[in-house]
Amino acid sequence: MDAPAGLLTLPGRTFIHFLTYLGQLTALMGELMIAVRSGVWRLKLVAQQIVAIGYGSQAVVIVTGAFTGAVFTFQSYAKFKEFGFETTVGAVVSVALCRELGPVLAGLMVAGRVGAAMAADIGTMKVTEQVDALRVMGVHPVDYLVLPRFLAMMISMPFLVAESISFGLIASYAVTSFGYDMPSAWYLSHMLDHTNMEDLSIGMIKGFVFGMLITLISCHQGLTAENGAVGVGLGTTRAVVISSLVMLIVNFFLSILLNYVFPIGSV
Amino acid sequence: MAAPTTSTNPPIAPNGTSGAFIELRGIHKSFGRQEILRGIDLSIHHGETLCIIGPSGEGKTVMMKHIIGLIQPDKGDIFVEGICVNHLREREMAPIRQKVSMLFQNAALFDRMTVEENVAFPLWESGVRDRTEIKLRVRDALEVVDLQEHMDKYPTSLSGGMRKRAGIARAIVTRSECILYDEPTASLDPIGSDVIDQMILRMQRRFGITSIVVTHDMKSLFKIANRVAMLRRGIIKFLGTPDELRATPDPEIQDFINGRSNITG
Repeated sequence: MDAPAGLLTLPGRTFIHFLTYLGQLTALMGELMIAVRSGVWRLKLVAQQIVAIGYGSQAVVIVTGAFTGAVFTFQSYAKFKEFGFETTVGAVVSVALCRELGPVLAGLMVAGRVGAAMAADIGTMKVTEQVDALRVMGVHPVDYLVLPRFLAMMISMPFLVAESISFGLIASYAVTSFGYDMPSAWYLSHMLDHTNMEDLSIGMIKGFVFGMLITLISCHQGLTAENGAVGVGLGTTRAVVISSLVMLIVNFFLSILLNYVFPIGSV
Repeated sequence: MAAPTTSTNPPIAPNGTSGAFIELRGIHKSFGRQEILRGIDLSIHHGETLCIIGPSGEGKTVMMKHIIGLIQPDKGDIFVEGICVNHLREREMAPIRQKVSMLFQNAALFDRMTVEENVAFPLWESGVRDRTEIKLRVRDALEVVDLQEHMDKYPTSLSGGMRKRAGIARAIVTRSECILYDEPTASLDPIGSDVIDQMILRMQRRFGITSIVVTHDMKSLFKIANRVAMLRRGIIKFLGTPDELRATPDPEIQDFINGRSNITG
């Protein structure tokens, strides 16, 4: 019968599409590594991308980090107070921001803002044959379009994650000090006692990994865009959705892995 | 049915190719279930202008993109100066692409660069670092296409004809030996078309550039072509001089070159 056969082939086809997609991403990563090793880094383009990715994303990352830190503190303070643990809010918020919220929020914001722009830029170049024009001139599209974005992302992401964490902590400190009249010394003392370099390292490592994923996924969507404006729009949407989902999934496994390397509460 | 007219048998080079500048041998290409090219054999010689004609969707652009390695054939081989290019990797194509450049249908200029930067781009990327030399060569190329006055403009502020001329300047600035043109006169007014035709002729006379032109513009074809190839149903249906094309008794070819649809009103 046709229907069951169709049902059987659907998961199979989806699985093959998934494997094909993974294969394409791996191939792109391979080309990117060849480009990195070639040493031709086009520093002017890298600088332009740092401005677009790093400088341009600061506002969204700062606002997101700050208000998340503020609301997290606001919610947890009330509950912690029931148990008389309100002075530990600084430590909890700080560790959470360093290990999870800072990199994840910065990553999501960058995926939305920068990933979409990467896919749209490269996708538009693809459908208007500008990518083919590059190839015709003997310029590999990965060298010219992906490598500068990748390098700029690797440079920018640690700063963006650091900003997200820092402004989250500043907002959290402001809420406890001005909103709840908690002595600032308590907040700072607990925060500094329970936050260490390992927590910060986890945030930075995650920032690098998320930056790499966003660049790969978004540039791949751009380079494979077809069917004109509709294809570019679809690629842009997919870049944001896939980057965000992959980042959240990878974050879970990365957290487990990094917790073995840098166990929480080891100090 | 017109007998495909070919020139006398070309000499055989030591590597087994005919000695032609570009040679396509038994090229097959399908997209999904649609078979576009079904065994294309074609030789293009140094310094000639070959026009490729045929109804829309017959694979003219696909055939041209095979030559420069933008599309890989399912079967068959492509030789450029005796080098089989379809087995080369993308990064190994760079030396071939120094010799063969392409003008895309919409010129494919980079939006974020001025005309001058667009034309200078292939020079910089091919390793020229002397800024004075780049400036001089860009000016020379823009002079050939009569665009010196517009070098500071961005592509979006150029007309269709000007964009194509800028594309030609970008194609010739590296002193390519061969230029592939994808419908260079499409959507241009008659004067604009003539400007492009004269430019192709000038390039052939002045620099001995080999040109392969995909076109639907019969007036342009009879002005610029040394030879014409007609693509039909995935094969070369006709290959010969423009005079032979005019004289062929094949009704399908005659209808095509005279623009007769056989639909009565």
